Amino acid sequence: MNRLWTLITKEARDGLRNRWVVMITLVMTGLALILSFLGSAPTGTTSVSPLAVTVVSLSSLSIFFIPLIALLLAYDSVVGEAERGTLTLLLTHPVSRTEVILGKFIGHLFLLAIAIVIGYGVAGVTISFTGEGGFAGQEWDSFLRLLLSSILLGAIFLSIGYVISTWVSERGMAAALAIGIWLLFVLLYDMGLLALLAADGEGALSGGLVKWLMLANPTDSYRMFNLTSSNATALLSGMAGLSVEHRASDTSLILIMLSWVVAPLVIACMIFRKRQL
Amino acid sequence: MGLNPTIELSSVTKEYGKTIAVDGVSLAVAPGECLALVGHNGAGKSTLIKMVLGLIGPTNGRVRVMGRDPLDSAFNNLRSKIGFLPEQVLFQNNMTGRETLEFYARLKGASLEALDALFHRVDLFGAANNRISTYSKGMRQRLGLAQALIGTPDLLILDEPTSGLDPASRQNVYSIINDMKAAGATVLISSHALTELDSRIDRVAILNRGHMAALGTIAELRRTIGLPSEIKVHGSAESLQRLADYYSGKGYMNGAAHFSCSASEKIDFLRELMELNIPLTDIEVNDPSLEQVFLALTKGEDLGNE
Repeated sequence: MNRLWTLITKEARDGLRNRWVVMITLVMTGLALILSFLGSAPTGTTSVSPLAVTVVSLSSLSIFFIPLIALLLAYDSVVGEAERGTLTLLLTHPVSRTEVILGKFIGHLFLLAIAIVIGYGVAGVTISFTGEGGFAGQEWDSFLRLLLSSILLGAIFLSIGYVISTWVSERGMAAALAIGIWLLFVLLYDMGLLALLAADGEGALSGGLVKWLMLANPTDSYRMFNLTSSNATALLSGMAGLSVEHRASDTSLILIMLSWVVAPLVIACMIFRKRQL
Repeated sequence: MGLNPTIELSSVTKEYGKTIAVDGVSLAVAPGECLALVGHNGAGKSTLIKMVLGLIGPTNGRVRVMGRDPLDSAFNNLRSKIGFLPEQVLFQNNMTGRETLEFYARLKGASLEALDALFHRVDLFGAANNRISTYSKGMRQRLGLAQALIGTPDLLILDEPTSGLDPASRQNVYSIINDMKAAGATVLISSHALTELDSRIDRVAILNRGHMAALGTIAELRRTIGLPSEIKVHGSAESLQRLADYYSGKGYMNGAAHFSCSASEKIDFLRELMELNIPLTDIEVNDPSLEQVFLALTKGEDLGNE
């Protein structure tokens, strides 16, 4: 336990010392603020809480941004240390390979959580004070869901990043794969689904199948989790028209996302255990 | 531990696909002993070290370190008593030397107070709180060495410890090895060439393309390889003529007579030469250099690459 803590604090300190983690927090805060103000402007005097608008805009930002940061943090972690020679040294110490991966995961997740909480928190608090309805009258539930599920989204792509990093033997290859994975989950998957639906004019694909195909992609699970979190966000994001049949329960969405954290993490540990040094 | 060897390899073989990195090597290193692994790049030194450290397993054969299989999960507890300096290690530039050593000391459960003494031992105390990005190549190598000494290891494994070091630091490495030996530690070091080794090394194992080419003290290696000593005798033309008459068929050139004889015959040869009572001006005796011994033992190294 002590050793795991040592590994975690080292990763966290490394990240804090790398300027780019600070930069990412700043960029996220900036983007979140811009999106929030742009998003809340047109609401005017409607009854919709400005924070609900913010939740909708921020979740769209998260889907692009958080997987990217998480993959960038993770792709280099094992293969980079292997190239620098510190991995061999580390493994001659009394630590297991599983502890090494877990230490990196928890340390990186801590960094991501800081960036998300600061970035989105600043935006949320600012909006709630400047917008209509005052601090208490906001959809804080939805906002909390956004924060927690964004951290979960980060955890998913960290795990996937470790699979890449433990699997390949060169950093360049890992970087290329990370970009590929990002494109696949964030852009190509949904485009493919759309193409499938368009081709399927007869409606042979039942609604249920499409739904589960979509939710198999963790970014879509994340989207549905946040955009249907309340009537206000659902209305704003155009999700209100979804019949109950097309929605998935929170529990199943969370389970899907959690399994996207655990499964790649287990796979990464298994690959790492077999990795030749 | 008593007299049981710290490291024991029995016919260890390691194959990577079709390449045989280590081929049937047997070896035992006792506590308090320093063994040097010598060989060209790719001779199997690093592979052997990785098997001793339990980073990889042998394809065949048996590895025992401190009485245990290094691949065993129970071996993990013994790791805090092993110090290792990898051949090439790039510590994180944005950490200070002290932070780096503290990290490894925590993993080993070693005392953080003892680190000051280690920094002094490798002459890095003044730079301990500077970032590693400001360190020179030699300072990084010395930091690596200090790292290997954390927690006073019972087994110290140094992969090319003197590369990039100036002669003074190099002597310091050997004096550290000596201190560790005196404290009862087993030391395993690897090196490119015999010539780099200090006389403080107890035994040398020469690896050639995965095979153990020779194993013994440096003096033993000289003897077993049977490389002749070169003896050059200077004298007047008349003396050389008398020598030529006595020893027929030897080389005479530039006012000197050249003889070569094996190490075991050397004394007898010189006594016989003296007893001839031929007036001579000088005698030079050249024993084979370590470099010649090394080359003789590892010749044919590149045959497979043509």
